[in-house]
Amino acid sequence: MSQFPLISVMTFLPLLGVVLLFFVPKQSHSAQRGLALLVALATFVVSLPIVTGFQSNAEFQFVEKVPWIAAGPFQMNYHVAIDGISIWLVILTTFIMPIAILSTWTAVENKVKEYMICLLLLEVGMLGAFVSLDLFLFYIFWEVMLIPMYFIIGIWGGKNKIYAAVKFFIYTMVGSLLMLIALVVLYFKGGAGDFSVLRFYDLALDPATQTWLFLAFALAFAIKVPMFPLHTWLPDAHTEAPTAGSVILAAVLLKMGTYGFVRFAMPLFPDATAQFTPLIAVLSVIGIVYAALVAMVQEDVKKLVAYSSVAHLGYVMLGVFALNQQGLSGGMLQMLNHGVSTGALFLIVGFIYERRHTRLITDFGGLAKQMPIFATIFMIVTLSSIGLPGTNGFVGEFLILIGSYESELRWYAVIGTSGVILAAVYMLWMFQRVMFGELNNPKNQTLTDLNAREIVIMLPLLVLIFVMGVYPTPFIDKMSPSLEKLIVHVKSKQTAKAQIPQIPAPQALPAAVLPVEHK
Amino acid sequence: MFEYVWLIPLFPLIGVVINGLLGKKIKNETVIGGIGSLMVFGSFLVSCGILIELLSRSAEERVFEKVLFTWIKSGNFNAEIGFLIDPLSALMIMVVTGVGFLIHVYSIGYMHGEEGFYRYFTYLNLFTFSMLLLVLGNNLLLMFVGWEGVGLCSYLLIGYYFHKKSAGDAGKKAFVMNRVGDFGFLLGLFTLYWYLGQNHNVWTINFRQLAANAHLLPVGGVVTVITLCFFLGATGKSAQLPLYTWLPDAMEGPTPVSALIHAATMVTAGVYMIGRLNFVYIRSHETMMVVAIVGAATAIFAASIGTAQNDIKRVLAYSTVSQLGFMFLAMGVGAFTAGIFHLMTHAFFKACLFLGSGSVIHSMHHALHHAHSHDDPQDMRNMGGLKKQMPITFLTFLVSTIAIAGIPGFSGFFSKDEILWQAFANPLHGDLNIILWATGAIAAGFTAFYMFRLVFMTFFGECRIMEKAKSHLHESPLVITFPLMVLGLLAIVGGYVGIPKLIGELFGGIPNYLEHYLEPVFKGSEEFMAQQLAHGVAHHSPALEWGLMGTSVVIALIGISIAFFLYVVSPSIPAKFTAAFPALHRAVYNKWYVDELYDFLFVNPCKALGNGLWKGFDVVVVDGVVNGVAAIVKGFGGALRNIQTGYVHNYALTMTLGVVVIVAFYLFR
Repeated sequence: MSQFPLISVMTFLPLLGVVLLFFVPKQSHSAQRGLALLVALATFVVSLPIVTGFQSNAEFQFVEKVPWIAAGPFQMNYHVAIDGISIWLVILTTFIMPIAILSTWTAVENKVKEYMICLLLLEVGMLGAFVSLDLFLFYIFWEVMLIPMYFIIGIWGGKNKIYAAVKFFIYTMVGSLLMLIALVVLYFKGGAGDFSVLRFYDLALDPATQTWLFLAFALAFAIKVPMFPLHTWLPDAHTEAPTAGSVILAAVLLKMGTYGFVRFAMPLFPDATAQFTPLIAVLSVIGIVYAALVAMVQEDVKKLVAYSSVAHLGYVMLGVFALNQQGLSGGMLQMLNHGVSTGALFLIVGFIYERRHTRLITDFGGLAKQMPIFATIFMIVTLSSIGLPGTNGFVGEFLILIGSYESELRWYAVIGTSGVILAAVYMLWMFQRVMFGELNNPKNQTLTDLNAREIVIMLPLLVLIFVMGVYPTPFIDKMSPSLEKLIVHVKSKQTAKAQIPQIPAPQALPAAVLPVEHK
Repeated sequence: MFEYVWLIPLFPLIGVVINGLLGKKIKNETVIGGIGSLMVFGSFLVSCGILIELLSRSAEERVFEKVLFTWIKSGNFNAEIGFLIDPLSALMIMVVTGVGFLIHVYSIGYMHGEEGFYRYFTYLNLFTFSMLLLVLGNNLLLMFVGWEGVGLCSYLLIGYYFHKKSAGDAGKKAFVMNRVGDFGFLLGLFTLYWYLGQNHNVWTINFRQLAANAHLLPVGGVVTVITLCFFLGATGKSAQLPLYTWLPDAMEGPTPVSALIHAATMVTAGVYMIGRLNFVYIRSHETMMVVAIVGAATAIFAASIGTAQNDIKRVLAYSTVSQLGFMFLAMGVGAFTAGIFHLMTHAFFKACLFLGSGSVIHSMHHALHHAHSHDDPQDMRNMGGLKKQMPITFLTFLVSTIAIAGIPGFSGFFSKDEILWQAFANPLHGDLNIILWATGAIAAGFTAFYMFRLVFMTFFGECRIMEKAKSHLHESPLVITFPLMVLGLLAIVGGYVGIPKLIGELFGGIPNYLEHYLEPVFKGSEEFMAQQLAHGVAHHSPALEWGLMGTSVVIALIGISIAFFLYVVSPSIPAKFTAAFPALHRAVYNKWYVDELYDFLFVNPCKALGNGLWKGFDVVVVDGVVNGVAAIVKGFGGALRNIQTGYVHNYALTMTLGVVVIVAFYLFR
């Protein structure tokens, strides 16, 4: 612990903001907003040395480890570190927070102080969850993160906020409880020691135990992702949450699920991973196609974007479970891309909602004429969302598909690829109905184009869309070694596959069409 | 010069940045249009330099790769941003930048006074950039970037008049249809990459490396799958059966766009792609046959629709679909050079035809506007006799029409006749040859008919425009007629680079320059073909070739004569004909109801399915379960009801529950 505790400073800096917020008078809303923004920006700045100081190898870096709780047989450490898997997710979190705070600068006028406290607490929870290497610590942060989100939806949400918040709460509770139980079981299986996930990595669990524990963890994570058919909380939560809530939910919170698979479920239970890969691939592919079809017929723009999230995360899961370099890199990259693009989409929906107080597609039409800057930005983000080459969305999607095509998930990749058609259909159709056509609704004829604050919010996202699309190398390079280590770890720990009953993969086409030659 | 190849796509990209970011402030149309055009002209100059250097080199040294940087690298996958120069790409960049430049210039005149002038030139430059990436990319993925990029620009430019619903619809349709094709392209890429890697440890998507390792690919089998997937991509981009329906609708865009994107360049990308991957295609006899059949079928199918359209641009659109069919026919019979040859000549005469129609529409629009009429300026039934008012437009249009009809001496004759001859003489498809040739020949007859029908309806006979508007008809300004004249000239002389051996010998042994020029690209495939068919190559006599050539010319003349008879001599007959066969006319006029069929088969079921899944599964099944749980929880505790007021309470509840579980586990273990 000789070095500067960079991770802790970053993680708990927002907490300092929370404390300071208590001293700001209740009525001075702009001071509260300014303080929260300042703290979020400071957190982002503090997180930058992580990128510059990170060595592109597979080791955990910036490690901090101190004993924390020792109660009976339980030994919990405060153990945090960064590796190639978490580095960009951490940066994504600190990057998106100032944007989120700015997004509801004027929209939230009620209980601003509490709102900002919730946002900052949320950031602590998210950052903590990404950096924790102690399973118990991870669980604490996981809970810390969920509760502010629940309030953000329930208090500052839209018309149906109670319903959405309760739904979010029920889903989340089920997942959290299962994970907690599995965590405790895992601890006892592991014999005396601490909760370090690194220690658990080396356990040799019997396949049956792995199956049950994997199921418990996977369910908690799958709800978060969300994977089909556990996704129905998402459209409601997104629709009702204020813009900042939606942005954070999409950009970061959902990644908690996919991150959970990569960091915990897969390396902890390699045999179970192999066993459930076909099932997860099936659900991912169903998610891609299903969510796209449902997104197509949505009448509410925000719901449409929410369903598109389900489809995008389906890609991520497919890539992650391909368990090869391309698939995993693509999956990790797509997590970031989705954070950027879908985050931007929710901001865009927020912009028009603030102006018109409606999100129904039929209430719009012809906005491109009235709001040219908005139209251009919306178009770029839409294209990024449908994965047009040159934008970030393409690189991730492509790596996922080629990775899963190379793996045993070939036929799933084929079906997943058809998602590129559907994505174009639902996004462009929505764009057309909102932006193109005659501007004949009188209420739309007085709309104003984006103001300076809104352009400033969008600008960094737009830059990232192109940078990550044209030059993704630095992003991939930093994560590659850790992913390689993970692949080797999981594959080497998988016991002879013959002993494990494989869930048969559906044969989409007769094998004769595509001769598979294994040499 | 080769080292500077990256400048070619860079110039238009600079144009995009300048006009895209500052165009709105610049406002001055001359500056905006000038920047856009000059950028493409810059690319054209560099392209010329590259072609000159290429020609000065020996045949073996005509391939060059310039890699800028690594784009995506992950595991064994590596895609670069790099450019490939070879005779094929050098020819393509000449066509793209040359024709592209002329159309940019034309657009300055044509788009004068349009709202969003800068937006138009931004898109047009972006298109040129993407097309050049597509053509110059040194690997499949970079080609795909251009491939999708041109699709995007097509979408943006078709929807240029976005306030019109039909324009928005057409743009979306084009993009989605293209994406169906892109799905095929991606699968082809995956399979090719995976197959070579998995079985031969050659993990590459680089064109030169693929070509060098082509011998590792089997004949047929997986190669058939790969090539058919790529071909699906080609049918989307190049508007072939069954994915052609977007192209006629794409005429919603400004006319110069139709000329550049939907005639001369983008839609030929599929043909180019097969040319680029000829070494893969040649290894699947089945795919070659599919390509040939689809090409021939599209050629005649689209030509049949073209005979009954009244919108001047729609006729040209179906004509384009049909001509692309000819190109694919050529590729499918292994006559790669002939296909690329027709691609080039078609770029000249079809661009000229579209720009000519634009000139007509421009004039019609003005005249009707002055007369306060709402008649359709694109409907040929409102035109007639325009050759007096618009002599330059008429002359260039006529020249190009003669070229497309395949009259000897004009560019289209050389390329189309080469295709028809190869369709007949090629040794690949056995007895299918006769059918392929006959289909092509009949389609050529249709082409001559509907094109001359167009010319006669537009430029000959009585002027059918209302009297008030007549005096406002006038020839277009030089900025519009200049490109027409250049392209008209090319439509005549463009074919002399590829004079068939038979005719060349007649004139003292003029060689077929184009064949010679493209030989390094297609030699491998031709040798492979010869090797495969070593025993079965039939030798045809010159008499037969002359005979077929004569036949196709006669068929074209018959088509022209019928058009002359029906639309000049006794214009009352067509109406009687439609009255006699109303059902047939309706079917042809309504494009054989293919759009309606697709709506019925794909669009509506998808929407119904989406709605069913959402309202059926999501809302009823999943949420039913969740809400059931919620109701139970509420029934037991009632704590969840007061979220808004009692949130501290709930927070505590969660944490307590967690602690209880831990403790319980510890105690009851």
